[in-house]
Amino acid sequence: MNITIVDYSSGNISSVINSFKEVAKDKVNIEVTSELNKIKLSDKVVLPGQGSFKSCVGALKKIKGLEDTLNEFAINNKKPLLGICVGLQMFADIGYEETETKGLGWISGNVSKINNQNGNYKLPHIGWNQINILKDSKIFKDIENNSHMYFVHSYEFIPKDKNVVSATTDYSSNIVCSVEKENIFGTQFHPEKSDKIGLKIIDNFMNL
Amino acid sequence: MLKNRIIPCLDVKNGRVVKGINFVDLKDAGDPVEQAKIYSDGGADEICFLDITASNENRDIIYDVVEKTSKKCFVPLTVGGGVRSIEDINKLLNCGADKVSINTAAVENSKIVIDSSKKFGSQCIVVAIDAKKNGDKWEVFTYGGRNNSGIDALDYAKKMEEYGAGELLITSMDRDGTQVGYDIELMSKISSKVNIPVIASGGVGNLDHLVDGIKLGKASAVLAASIFHYGKHSVKEAKEYLDSKGIPVRI
Repeated sequence: MNITIVDYSSGNISSVINSFKEVAKDKVNIEVTSELNKIKLSDKVVLPGQGSFKSCVGALKKIKGLEDTLNEFAINNKKPLLGICVGLQMFADIGYEETETKGLGWISGNVSKINNQNGNYKLPHIGWNQINILKDSKIFKDIENNSHMYFVHSYEFIPKDKNVVSATTDYSSNIVCSVEKENIFGTQFHPEKSDKIGLKIIDNFMNL
Repeated sequence: MLKNRIIPCLDVKNGRVVKGINFVDLKDAGDPVEQAKIYSDGGADEICFLDITASNENRDIIYDVVEKTSKKCFVPLTVGGGVRSIEDINKLLNCGADKVSINTAAVENSKIVIDSSKKFGSQCIVVAIDAKKNGDKWEVFTYGGRNNSGIDALDYAKKMEEYGAGELLITSMDRDGTQVGYDIELMSKISSKVNIPVIASGGVGNLDHLVDGIKLGKASAVLAASIFHYGKHSVKEAKEYLDSKGIPVRI
C-alpha cells in the first residue's frame, strides 16, 4: 500500500512523517511529495497543515493542479484522505483567519476563531484535551471515549451538517475535533503528537 | 477539559544532558534521546531541550539529537538555546522539533518573532523570557542570564504576544537552580497580562511547587528539570500528586 503525505510547504510536517513511518514499519510505503502523479497513484492521502488557513490554502493553490488532483482523489474517486489540523480546516467552504479565504469546499461550513469568552480561555488552545466521541468513526477503532489528544489551534471548523462530526472537545464550547464524511477524515488534534493513542489513530487510518 | 501540562526539560551541551545550578556547576547525566524517551513513556506531556552548547563547532550536534528524538518520541518537542535566525528555526523544525523557543534573539531583534510566527505559525514559536527581580519590577536578561537588557519583563511579555508568540516560557533567574519554588508573583502577573499560555520555569524543588505554579502562578504548564532528572520524582508521581490536589492532568 502507498500512502502519500502531501508536501505543499504547509509548515512543519516532520512529525507527521516520523509518526506515519513509525506506524508503517515495512508494511506500508510512505511517500512525501507534491507530485500530482504520485498522489493520483496512492491508495491514501494525508493532508497536513500548520500555520494559518490563508497560508495553507495559498500554498496548496500555488502548486499547479494540486487542488484538482486532490478533488479527483477524494471527491470523484472517493479514496481515503486524512486532514490534520489546518488540513481538516481546509475541507470547509470558507475560513476567516487573517482574511476571508475560500477553502476546498468538501464539507460545507466555515472556520472561525474560537470564542475565548473575553479572555477567559487562552488562545491558542494548546495541550492535551479529551475527545468526546459522537459516532463510530473508523479511525476511532479501539480508541476509548474521553481519550486525551494533543491540540494546538486558535480556529475551529464549524460544519453545517452536524452528522459529519465524529468527535468534539470541550474548550469554551464543544469544539469539533474530528470529522468523517464517507472517505474523508479529519482531526483538529495532532495524532502524530498524541503519544501511543495518536499512533493508534494513524494505524486505524492505514488499516481502512 | 484542557489539562495542565508537565514538561521535563533537559539541558543539552555538546549532545549530552546536563543540568546547572544557577547556570553553573554542570553535571553530566546521560544521553538526551534516551532520557527524552523515558520521559515520554512515563507520561510527560511535552519534552523540552535547552541547548547550552557554547562553542560554535559543536552547535550542529543539537540537530542530530532532535532528529533522533523525534523519531522515538511522539509527544511535542520544544527546542531552544542559541536560536538566532529564521534559518535556525527552520532547521530545528525540519529535524523534527515541534516548537522552537527564542530567547536572546527576540530581545535584540523582535522582528524575528513577527517573521517566524508568520512563516511557521504561532503554534511553533515560544518566546523564552529570563527575568530577574529588581525592586518592584522584573527585568529581562539575555545570554543565559549574563546580560541585563533593562527591559521590563511584563511589558515585554505583552509585546511578544502581540508580535505573534504562541506561548511564553518564563524563567525566574532568581529561582533557577535554587529548588525553593517558582517566582509565583512573576508568573501570575505575566499570566494575567497575556492571553496566550504561560509555561512556568525556574526553581522547582518539590511537587508542591508544581501545584503552586499552576494554582497560584496561573501557569498553563509547568517546566522542571532536576526533580525529574536525578530520579527524585517521576513524571507519573508528579501527575498523581497534582491530580490529588484537584489539578486537571492527563493520566
